[in-house]
Amino acid sequence: MSEWLERHVPKVVLAPSFVAILFFVYGFIAWTAWVSLTRSRLMPKYDIEGFIQYERLFAAPRWDTAMNNLFIFGTLFIVISMILGLLLAILLDQKIRTEGVIRTIYLYPMALSMIVTGTAWKWILNPGLGIEAMVRGWGYEDFKFDWLVNSDLAIYTVVIAGVWQSSGFVMALFLAGLRSVDGEIIKAAQVDGIPTWRIYSAIIIPSMAPIFLSAFIVLSHLAIKSFDLVIALTGGGPGYATDLPATYMYAMAFSRGDIGQAASSAMIMMAVVFAIVVPYLYSELRAAKND
Amino acid sequence: MKKFTFAAASAVAIVASGAAFAEPQAEVLHWWTSGGEAKSVAVLQEEFAANGGTWTDMPVAGGGGDAAMTALRARVLSGNAPTAVQLKGPAIQEWYEEGVLADISAVAEAENWANLLPASIAAHMQCEGSWCAAPVNVHRVDWIWANADILEANGIEMPTTWDEFNAAAEKLQAAGITPLAHGGQAWQDATVFETVVLGVGGPEFFHKALVELDQDALTSDTMVAVFDQMRTMRGYVDDNFSGRDWNLATAMVMNGEAAFQIMGDWAKGEFMAAGKVPGEDFLCASTPGDGYLYNVDSFAMFDVDGDDKVAGQALLAELIMGPNFQEVFNLNKGSIPARTDVDLAAFDVCAHTSAEDMSGTSERGSLLPSYAHGMALRGAQSGAITDVVTAHFNSDMSSADAVQMLADAVANSM
Repeated sequence: MSEWLERHVPKVVLAPSFVAILFFVYGFIAWTAWVSLTRSRLMPKYDIEGFIQYERLFAAPRWDTAMNNLFIFGTLFIVISMILGLLLAILLDQKIRTEGVIRTIYLYPMALSMIVTGTAWKWILNPGLGIEAMVRGWGYEDFKFDWLVNSDLAIYTVVIAGVWQSSGFVMALFLAGLRSVDGEIIKAAQVDGIPTWRIYSAIIIPSMAPIFLSAFIVLSHLAIKSFDLVIALTGGGPGYATDLPATYMYAMAFSRGDIGQAASSAMIMMAVVFAIVVPYLYSELRAAKND
Repeated sequence: MKKFTFAAASAVAIVASGAAFAEPQAEVLHWWTSGGEAKSVAVLQEEFAANGGTWTDMPVAGGGGDAAMTALRARVLSGNAPTAVQLKGPAIQEWYEEGVLADISAVAEAENWANLLPASIAAHMQCEGSWCAAPVNVHRVDWIWANADILEANGIEMPTTWDEFNAAAEKLQAAGITPLAHGGQAWQDATVFETVVLGVGGPEFFHKALVELDQDALTSDTMVAVFDQMRTMRGYVDDNFSGRDWNLATAMVMNGEAAFQIMGDWAKGEFMAAGKVPGEDFLCASTPGDGYLYNVDSFAMFDVDGDDKVAGQALLAELIMGPNFQEVFNLNKGSIPARTDVDLAAFDVCAHTSAEDMSGTSERGSLLPSYAHGMALRGAQSGAITDVVTAHFNSDMSSADAVQMLADAVANSM
């Protein structure tokens, strides 16, 4: 009996959450996929009509803008956060005295909710209130920094706020990675008279490859899910210039009574996430097998 | 057999007594939760209680009704709809097509609603000939508000054509005053757009383009001219307008930072709350051109089980259209009564203009539903148009491109 328990208790304990996830996550993914093939408007309908919603989606200029924005925002957000994070981590790694304090300061933005970040940056970037008004107040009357209200540049303000929020977190990740590199190797390199920048570029950074991958995965799913930052910072505007797929989906599902459109855009978002995560999982699983 | 007859008879008796003594019950879903609005709903609540009813309040704030609509969807899907829901315009018909609305024709016919309401507003309250909703108020959307002192100081009259408006704006700009207070939110862009469509194209064009979605009208030269005027007006807005809330734009007119604002009559509430007097401190006039764009709030009645709820529905419908509630509610909210026989003595001069114009335009056939406020079109179509309007207004897109994009977007939203 006790042997049976020992073997089966974990399964019994896990079963409810397994069933719940099966239903609430995968069940609803299947439901969304089904609805995305119907002509649902205000309420879900279940008569399959083919790929009409996807055709409408790809014909909508607003969806194009949303996908372009995702590409611009995602790329810049991930690349800049990683570069800044790495740089900060390397600088902090120089055994400076007040490291604890500085690390906390850089990590703090991560403790804020995106809504707070977005609202604060909305004020900072507002031409009539923030940086532009301040510099003009100093006497530089021609100074212009109106990205927030310029529909071509507004998406970059989202990048600025996003990077501000996340680079400290990436720094913490990288700092942990730097500390995990074997000190003996570094000392050996120093004894051989190799310059510090070579030690970093040839030894330390290559040995941190798994950290890069984790940082990339964390940042990319943050980018794809981005919703609150845009809502707080620009409200999707000017016009719909800073719409992202998530805000598009929200507008369709909750403001416009166009559930079919919302479901099809949700499926495309999921496909984008899969395109990034599946290769990662695949490589992880293969690595695990090889061990 | 005898036993059965007895049982049947007593069952009938119980049902009959149930019907006779059912205490009216109503669960009301709405999103009037802020100051003046909440006060207005409380009036209805008190009247309902005074008539022996039990009111279950279900306020869902947030997202200009989006949150309430999400709640409604969940309730209807679970087969437990509220008794009455704040709904308006084509959304009423959309819900009717889902087969979940109740018929309140008995009350409507007894109270003679058909003769009390302007015909085009009555049409919104009917679902395939039967009455399914009760109107609460009429907001006029095509208002232009002005700071009286600024106009006087610059020798400007209230504009009656868009050319006059442009000339006045040029003059104000030269004097260093922002001509148009505007908030760069999609719905505000759409509000200005529809008044320009009405003014430049006239009521018939408005109906063809924004109600019937006629492709010829949407791609016509008139529509190009409308977008040209929008581009001109973009020049009259200050640089800092992006994302500004409408009441902040109203405050700019109040404080003399800007001369005009184009906004529905809820803006009047802001002026009044600041102690300004219509006709002295601020002026109200309809935007250039003949016509009247209305935004009517209403309560749609949902299909519910139980005599007490059905009785509640009837009582609620009767009270909503009652002259007392129509007067008190609209005094609080800044709109005018939907029924045309209410005494307007207590209302201000702007409300009088609104009421006169409503009956005038109703006779001329230019009493039209506001597209920007969800009265003319369903969500998907009006959303598609708004996307184009706001994209054009916030970029340097040419009018010809905008018109093409508009036609494509409307076709794609069907």
